[in-house]
Amino acid sequence: MRTLVYGLLAYLMTGAGMSLASEDAAMLEKGKYLAKAADCVACHTAPGKEPYAGGLAFELPFGTLYSPNITPDRETGIGGWSDEQFVKALQEGIGPEGDHYYPAFPYTSYTKMPREDILAIKAYLFSLDPVEQSAPENDIAFPFNQRWGLYFWNLLFLDEGRFEPDPDRSEDWNRGAYLVTGPGHCGECHTPRNLFQAMDSSERLAGADLGGWRAYNISGSDSHGIGTWTEEQLVNYFRQGYAEGLGVAGGPMAEVVDLSLRHLNDRDLRAIATYLKQTEPQATGLPRPTPLADTLAAPEQPGLGSKVFAEACASCHQWNGEGNQSPAATLAGLKTVHDPKARNLMGILMEGNPASSLPVNHRMPDFGTIYNDYELSALATFVLQHFGGLDAEVTPEQIRERQAAALH
Amino acid sequence: MQTVKVNNQTHVVDVPGDMPLLWVLRDILKLTGTKFGCGIAQCGACTVHMDGQPIRSCVLPVGDVSGREITTIEAIGEQPLAQKVQRAWLDHEVAQCGYCQSGQIMSAVALLANNNRIDDHAIDQAMAGNICRCATYTRIRSAIQDVSESVGVWQP
Amino acid sequence: MSDNHLTQESASRRQFLKGSTAAMGGLMVGAWLPPFAPKSAAAAAVATQKGALGDRFAEGFGAFVRVGHDGRVAVISPKIEMGQGIHTGIAMMVAEELEVGLDQIDLQEAPPDADLYTDTLLQFQATGGSTSTRYTWEPLRRAGATARMLLVEAAASVWKVEAGQCQARDGQVLGPDGQALGYGKLVDLAATYPLPETVELKQPEAFRLIGTPAQRLDTPAKVNGEAKFTIDLDVPGMLITSARACPVYGGTVRQVSDRAARAIPGVKDVVVLENAVAVTATNTWACFEALKALDIEWDYGANRELNSARVGEKLHEASRRDGVVAAENGNIDQSLDTAATQFEAVYEQPFLSHSPLEPMTCVAHVQADGCDLWVGTQVPGLAQQTAASITGLSPEQIRIHNQWIGGAFGRRLDFDFITQAVQIASKVDYPVKLTWSREEDMTHDMYRPRYVDRMTAAIGDDGYPAGWRHRIAGGSIIARYLGGLPDNGVDFDAVEIAVDPVYHLDDLKVHYIREEPEVVPISWWRGVGVLRGIYAVECFIDELAHNAGIDPLTYRKTLLQHRPRVVAALERLAEQSNWGDPLPEGRGRGLAVGEVFGSVVATVVELSAVGDKGIRIDRLVTVVDCGLVTNPTSVKAQMEGGTLFGLSAALFNEIEIEQGQVQQENFHEYRQLRMGEAPSVEVDVMPSAEAPGGVGEAGTALIGPALVNAVHAAFGDRVRQLPLTRSGYYIV
Repeated sequence: MRTLVYGLLAYLMTGAGMSLASEDAAMLEKGKYLAKAADCVACHTAPGKEPYAGGLAFELPFGTLYSPNITPDRETGIGGWSDEQFVKALQEGIGPEGDHYYPAFPYTSYTKMPREDILAIKAYLFSLDPVEQSAPENDIAFPFNQRWGLYFWNLLFLDEGRFEPDPDRSEDWNRGAYLVTGPGHCGECHTPRNLFQAMDSSERLAGADLGGWRAYNISGSDSHGIGTWTEEQLVNYFRQGYAEGLGVAGGPMAEVVDLSLRHLNDRDLRAIATYLKQTEPQATGLPRPTPLADTLAAPEQPGLGSKVFAEACASCHQWNGEGNQSPAATLAGLKTVHDPKARNLMGILMEGNPASSLPVNHRMPDFGTIYNDYELSALATFVLQHFGGLDAEVTPEQIRERQAAALH
Repeated sequence: MQTVKVNNQTHVVDVPGDMPLLWVLRDILKLTGTKFGCGIAQCGACTVHMDGQPIRSCVLPVGDVSGREITTIEAIGEQPLAQKVQRAWLDHEVAQCGYCQSGQIMSAVALLANNNRIDDHAIDQAMAGNICRCATYTRIRSAIQDVSESVGVWQP
Repeated sequence: MSDNHLTQESASRRQFLKGSTAAMGGLMVGAWLPPFAPKSAAAAAVATQKGALGDRFAEGFGAFVRVGHDGRVAVISPKIEMGQGIHTGIAMMVAEELEVGLDQIDLQEAPPDADLYTDTLLQFQATGGSTSTRYTWEPLRRAGATARMLLVEAAASVWKVEAGQCQARDGQVLGPDGQALGYGKLVDLAATYPLPETVELKQPEAFRLIGTPAQRLDTPAKVNGEAKFTIDLDVPGMLITSARACPVYGGTVRQVSDRAARAIPGVKDVVVLENAVAVTATNTWACFEALKALDIEWDYGANRELNSARVGEKLHEASRRDGVVAAENGNIDQSLDTAATQFEAVYEQPFLSHSPLEPMTCVAHVQADGCDLWVGTQVPGLAQQTAASITGLSPEQIRIHNQWIGGAFGRRLDFDFITQAVQIASKVDYPVKLTWSREEDMTHDMYRPRYVDRMTAAIGDDGYPAGWRHRIAGGSIIARYLGGLPDNGVDFDAVEIAVDPVYHLDDLKVHYIREEPEVVPISWWRGVGVLRGIYAVECFIDELAHNAGIDPLTYRKTLLQHRPRVVAALERLAEQSNWGDPLPEGRGRGLAVGEVFGSVVATVVELSAVGDKGIRIDRLVTVVDCGLVTNPTSVKAQMEGGTLFGLSAALFNEIEIEQGQVQQENFHEYRQLRMGEAPSVEVDVMPSAEAPGGVGEAGTALIGPALVNAVHAAFGDRVRQLPLTRSGYYIV
């Protein structure tokens, strides 16, 4: 009998323990997943330093802002924060001392997240090893953004409140809408800002400029957005960073794919695709290009641009833009080679796409140091004319301006 | 397991699909004529032909090669045009250290095979991706020009 | 396939050697060793007794020339083939005197042996400094001639006639009555004879091979993929290894977490060294991936804060100090005081990487009783020493199998990668082939030092210099390489050319100010001290000519009246380059001349200014008097290649350092001259009866100053700091 009682007790205790442990584990998993979806690591990690320990500098015309340490270190991190404080920070942009955050921190989107999701993220962050690392003091007079990571200034336009599912829409659509508008905070980059630097709700996801890069129109528009992409193509893009002949993630978007999107499950990626395809079409910005015929050949006349292309680019991209040895190297059909302002083209030439997490045939070296402004502008001009059929010209001055922007 | 067809022979190799073709050729199939120079498609030493087109095998995952015909320097000499190129390389005494020459020859053969008009500018374009640190460029150009003339595609 | 190939090759090589020395009793003839070499070694080198050398040298080497029973001739090359064509040159020298065809010769690499293979110009066994032809010219021909005399004597004794009645031709001895005996049949007898006391060498008029263009022996294998470089070798049981060294020079490994690396399929071991971590695996890709997956905590050491700007500041400061005096003629202080005018210019040359296309690689197998190294090295003796010191084995137990080199340019005069390969091989029980990634190769090179030259001339009323003061600030390769400087404190490499410029100067004072960069190791780079010196002197003289308003070629000739050979080259250059013909606006010619590596070289660059800073090189003409030419094909190739190699660096190259780390990692950051940018090099080899001079580095040394002088002529802009891209120039 005693044995039985003890046995039963033990069973109950273990069972209870197990259930607690598995609840914890499930919460941690969920938190880790949502932290990926929210791409916390991108801003809260300084180059070469521990993840989530902060210290990434955002250089502004009037000073420098540093992302804080969000590891559970009690002194330098958020180890001392209560659940309430953490939720308030994400939903209202207000710190434990009652201080207002600069909206470089996208609480304007995170506010859509319910308390349980936010606490899951907190649980995950609190499961990390504490890292003792103080961010330097912010040194900022009046906040004004200059580069992409800082395109979030929004002092006036916080639309505080949780995501409300639309009962008339599918579960997938609702899941996608939540991920896009909440943790994914896509609009922070892809929605243009109004005069007050708030996301302009009349042009949701219509595309915007940030720090030299162009975040393209990702609304449901067939002519200008991603309306004609299949869900499959969108999911491929999220998972591998490109959709052949449609788009290749570069610059900040490459980082989003690397650190966030590719870690999400198929169902969520599909949900995001479903939602994006049904967003209100915004027929603005660069129209979706029609790829030129794939019979493009090397130019017969010598020129500086085609010379540089032959040296640095043709090995992978080929003269016909088909990308002989990699679908990721396909240039034909990309907005990037049809943009007369050459925004992302200049960016990718100078910064490359070097992430070692990418397969070898998707990486691109940066050419910003060995070629000068004359060579790069000639190269960019050649690419626009040859692959985009444009009558556009990129000047050395544009290259210098872009270089200066990249320094920030 | 990956399947690759190299020099008309099909091989099944037990390597991950993301391994670049270069290392399958060199380390697994022991075809060391194809060289490693940079690993980022910037030097051309690893050039082989895939369905007759010159490609940089250092950035080509072997998993993407199935169903394609790969030809390397070891077998290119079976093609009459390539024999002419190799002969011209010797007549012009092109090679110095010789390390890059496999890649140079593979690029040159593709240029000659795929074009019916070749001039100096075409040589510049087609060979721009192949670095030679010994700088044998002057003689590479002469050798290609020679073969172009002999097969009637040279445009002075 | 490959391992069979190697096994067969080594087996047949061993068999050949063993057979020839012991069983077959081949003929071995060593050259007369230089006066510096110990007498006993000289005696051993020329011993002809059967087995005498075989006993002493495990592999039976011991001489330069061996004739086998099959009549084939093995030439033991004390110089490694790295593209310069020296194997063919040496084969031609021996074949010429031995009266055999080039097709009868097999080349073998010499093992390390300071007694036998010391280059008397370099004073150690090495391939470099453009000395190969200059050093081998006499001893190798002598070796061939000696063998021929012994073979003729043997035939004469068989036929019972006088040796003078016989002659050697095409690998046979021909007798007075139409007799003929192949060399292979005569070697046993010939090997019993004492060496002749006097050996007469052919006069140049009698040369049938030397001086005629020859197909290189090594090139057929280089057009069909058969050529094996170190990186291509496969020895039985071998694994691949690669390493990641601390990104900051002088740093060490603190700790390594290798879980992720070990999980990569094919990875066998992780080997932690003092300053690097290596991975061994079944294939190179797995090694590279595993190295990336290693989580290494470094102790960056003392150089973490250094950067290019600081190195530059220190060099400029140093160039204002007096340092030690490397040369002094006349009284430059007085001259400067009394001169009509003074002119000062400061030239700067950057750190450079060698970046041969075959990265650093070495196959090493360390066992209890011996160590085998298959490696393309310019310094087999040093390779042997480093392996001995790591393994505790004696030097004789270290067997060096030297290999064809896929580009060296001085890089393989260092043996850091060999040391690393032996260190790794010592910790595993299988042979390893170390292959560096390009990134490792470029960031852990041993760089051409950065230099600052400050030159101050005392100019007379006629616009010509009475003399100049030349201050040279830079790190010392000699000190690093030899372990210290000579008693006078002067790095004799760093002051080359400066201490003996070709120009007549009444007063000259050269100061050497040693200023070590600390942050990177420095070493020999194609052109060595000559490249450094010619750049400063040839730019400076050009500036003086322009200041005086005198044509730069005429100006130079006026100061060269005591050097007729140099004047002759300049006159030839003027003719070849149409120097006197006027050029349209925006087009200019630049010139440089020097007596370098025993040759006289003069180069003209003609270029057009395109737009603001665009350069189009229209012509590149170089004239070389390198004395007697062995293989004109190789001379032309070396002059073309060497010139363009130098052009590439002068246009594009500079290694920069931030936070103690080299910033350039691969060719997208360290640009190389490409096909469309390479002008045709018009090489004019002057007929010359002078002793052979070096050509491997001559072109490299001259092109830099010729280029910047041409830029001045076309753009009116005097660039003093290399590379040209630093000043915004680019090639159209």
